[in-house]
Formats: sequence, structure tokens, C-alpha cells
Amino acid sequence: MLETKGLKKQFLLHLQGGVRIPVLDGADFSVAAGECVALVGPSGAGKTTLLRSLYGNYRANGGAILVRHNGAMIDIVTASPRDVVRVRETTLGYVSQFLRVVPRVSALEIVAQAARGLSPEQARERAAALLTRLHIPARLHALPPATFSGGEQQRINLARGFIGDHPILLLDEPTASLDNANRDIVIAMILEAKAAGKAVVGIFHDTHVRDAVADRRFEVLPLQDAA
Amino acid sequence: MTDDTLLSARGLNLRFGAIPALVDVDADLWPGEVLAIVGESGSGKTTLLNVLSGRMAPQSGVVWYRDPQGHLADVHAMAAPALRALHRSDWGFVHQNPRDNLRMGVTAGGNVGERLMAQGGRHYGRIRAEAIAWLEQVEIDAARVDDLPRTFSGGMLQRLQIARTLVTHPRLVFMDEPTGGLDVSVQARLLDLIRGLVARLGIAAVLVTHDLAVARLLAHRVMVMQRGVVVETGLTDQVLDDPQHPYTQLLVSSVLQA
Repeated sequence: MLETKGLKKQFLLHLQGGVRIPVLDGADFSVAAGECVALVGPSGAGKTTLLRSLYGNYRANGGAILVRHNGAMIDIVTASPRDVVRVRETTLGYVSQFLRVVPRVSALEIVAQAARGLSPEQARERAAALLTRLHIPARLHALPPATFSGGEQQRINLARGFIGDHPILLLDEPTASLDNANRDIVIAMILEAKAAGKAVVGIFHDTHVRDAVADRRFEVLPLQDAA
Repeated sequence: MTDDTLLSARGLNLRFGAIPALVDVDADLWPGEVLAIVGESGSGKTTLLNVLSGRMAPQSGVVWYRDPQGHLADVHAMAAPALRALHRSDWGFVHQNPRDNLRMGVTAGGNVGERLMAQGGRHYGRIRAEAIAWLEQVEIDAARVDDLPRTFSGGMLQRLQIARTLVTHPRLVFMDEPTGGLDVSVQARLLDLIRGLVARLGIAAVLVTHDLAVARLLAHRVMVMQRGVVVETGLTDQVLDDPQHPYTQLLVSSVLQA
């Protein structure tokens, strides 16, 4: 479903006197349908950088990121911005650590707007069902999430990531601020996604979650800082 | 989705005396896409918007617009009446100051209905009904349809301008700082409104803003300008989260975190 070949990524910080920070140097990674791969490695090794590069959020400096999109492989590294937008619409779903949305829009709308191929009514129904499953009570659905707790915001984010039903899901710490009950629900959702043939790539610091969902690990090792 | 651009600019140059406002600027916009032009004051972003929309002529370079029949038109070679007709029908322009677009001596409903009449609408009842429907879309109470804009707040005026602009279902809307000068509380609602309307109606938009958060929420792609030069262009979240050019890195790192 998704494969990287010789993926390279470094950050060049112009404001810090042109410091170069190499993060990925030739990463070869792949994930198949129905499989969940956990990115592991010490903090700062580049797990999130890899995940964000897969989504096209970070611009890789070399190598290829091949994604199965509408039956053909497309390289995210060289694809035009418009193609990346299309790939995200239909193929790549992403759950980030933080919720970034238009203020004053209700939680239900935020989730429903991420649905694909549903009428507005169906999207709201599905959003409400997902939120309720994630223990966001109905009385909160109409409220904008700015005042919600960290765990609640994360669950809004999860609902938004899962409602799109994308064939490939990228999860950045999806259970970081969740209690055990909610964590177990997220585990169940990931297992269901796998059973439905989705490919899942995730960063899970919680070893319980990782052991429950991941089929394989992919080691991301810190590179020696170059001068 | 078609691969034909809706609007294309190549090699735009414009100087104001010694000041370069546009230097070899290329731009492309596809149907249904929102493109943000960001940069500091004086970077040339509003000039670019004015040149793309034919309101200002470049010293060199060309802007192509593809009409609904698929014909390409050179915007700056069009006769003035044809360009005006385009601005009344296929295109819309949302000004930073709504007073630049609205007719302050005409009622709210009249301001919206006027664009329909300019397109040949003659049935008063239908025009009024559509004007009221649009006021409701932009969350202005239908009871205000016969009030003069001068009785409206700044946020309401901006929403009225948006209703006036979108009532003719333009394919392409130019927006110059549409949320500038508004209270932040009003900005959020307006942003959500613009985003919803643009997505639902499939409108393409070129949006000028100095506010990177506005670009992030509304635009698919972004162009970063500095002293008339496009220094970086790409996917909005990629440019903002992984800026490559020194100037973009400076812009992104200078934003206050609220």
C-alpha cells in the first residue's frame, strides 16, 4: 500500500546560521493492506518526521514515497501539490497529536466535515456515532472543542481521522492523552481498520497499545548530527 | 477533476518607480482550488491579486483565464466591457473594506439583488427571495433585508459583501484580506463561512492574507512573496510546517502563539 525507497530528510535552518539537521538517511519502509507497522525509536530519532513525510507534510529531500492511490502507485516526493491533496482526500488519513481547526465550529461539524462520500446528514450521524463510541457525550457534540480537555480533543481528532475511512491511516500518538477505557476503544478501532484491509502506520509510545495493534516494528534510529 | 488551469500567469513584472512589485511571477489556479498569497506589507501580494484579476496591468507578462466553454482569454488584452462583464458574472472580488464594494445607499437586499439584475434577472420577487436566501447563508437575519448597510457592524458588512459576491455563483473569487480589520471573534465565524461556501459551491479562490493561520485554514496551496518575488510555493501545510526558504522560515517562526 505504501513503500519508501531511500528516503532522505534533513532540515536546513537558515535562521540558525544554516545549521543542517539530518533526520532520515535512506529509510526503506513499507506497509501492506491489513497490516499495522509501529515506528519505534528513541525520542528525537525522527519517527514523527518520517510519519509527516509520508503524509507530504514534510518535504523529503531524496528517495521516493510510493502510495497506492486509485489502483496506481504515486510518488508523494515528486507529486504536484494538487496530486498530494487528491491522495489525502481519497487514500491517506492522518491523525495528528494536536487538533487544529477553525475556532467556534462544533465538534460534530469538525468530524462530519472530514467524512467522504456521505450526505451531510449521513456524515453527521456517522460523526455522532463515532464521537459517542469514543465517549464524547452528546451534550458536547454541539460545542467547539477549544475548551475540551486534552484527551477529549484527541478523541475528536481520532474521530476525524477514522470517519474518512481511508485505505491508509497514519497515526501520531493516537492514545497519548487517553485513559485506559478510551485507549481500549482506540485499540479496537485500529484492529477493525486492519480487519477491513486498511494499512496502518503509527507511533505508539504506550507499549500496551503497540503490542495490541502492531504486526511489525520499524526502527527509526537517530543519525549522528553533521556539522 | 480536470487538469486544465482556470487561471494562469506567466512572467509578470511590475515596478512602481524603483520599487519592484512583481518580479517574474508565475501562478496557476485550478478549478475548485484555494490559493493563498502570503507575505508582509509591501511584498507585492495585493498588486499580484490586482494584476491577476485584470484590475491593474503588468509591465510585462500575461494572465490567461479559461472560460466555461474552455476558451483561453488573455485577461489584459480583453476589451474593458468584456472584462467588466467577467467581473459581474464568472468572477467575484471581495475587498478588505466592504465599503469598497457595497453601495451604502442601497438596502442589504438591493446590494445582493443588484448583481443578479446586472446579469439580466428581472423578476423582482425571485430576486428578492434569492437575496434573502443569501443573507441567511451568510447568517444575516432576513428581517434586515430592507435595512441600509450603514446600520450594519463591520462583520455584517463583510458578510453582506460575500453574499453580494457569491450570489451570481462565480467560478473564481479574488479575496483581499477578507478577515482583516475584523474582531477575532467575528473572524473565526467568517473563516468558517468562507470555507464552507467555497467547498460546497466548488469555487476557486485567490486569497491575499498576511495571516498565516488564515492561509492554513482556507487554502490548499500557498505562495510566499517577498519584495515582489515568489520565494516559495507549495502545499499550505508543507510550506508552513516545513518551510524551505529563509524568508518563509522567518515568517513562520515570527508568529505569536496564542
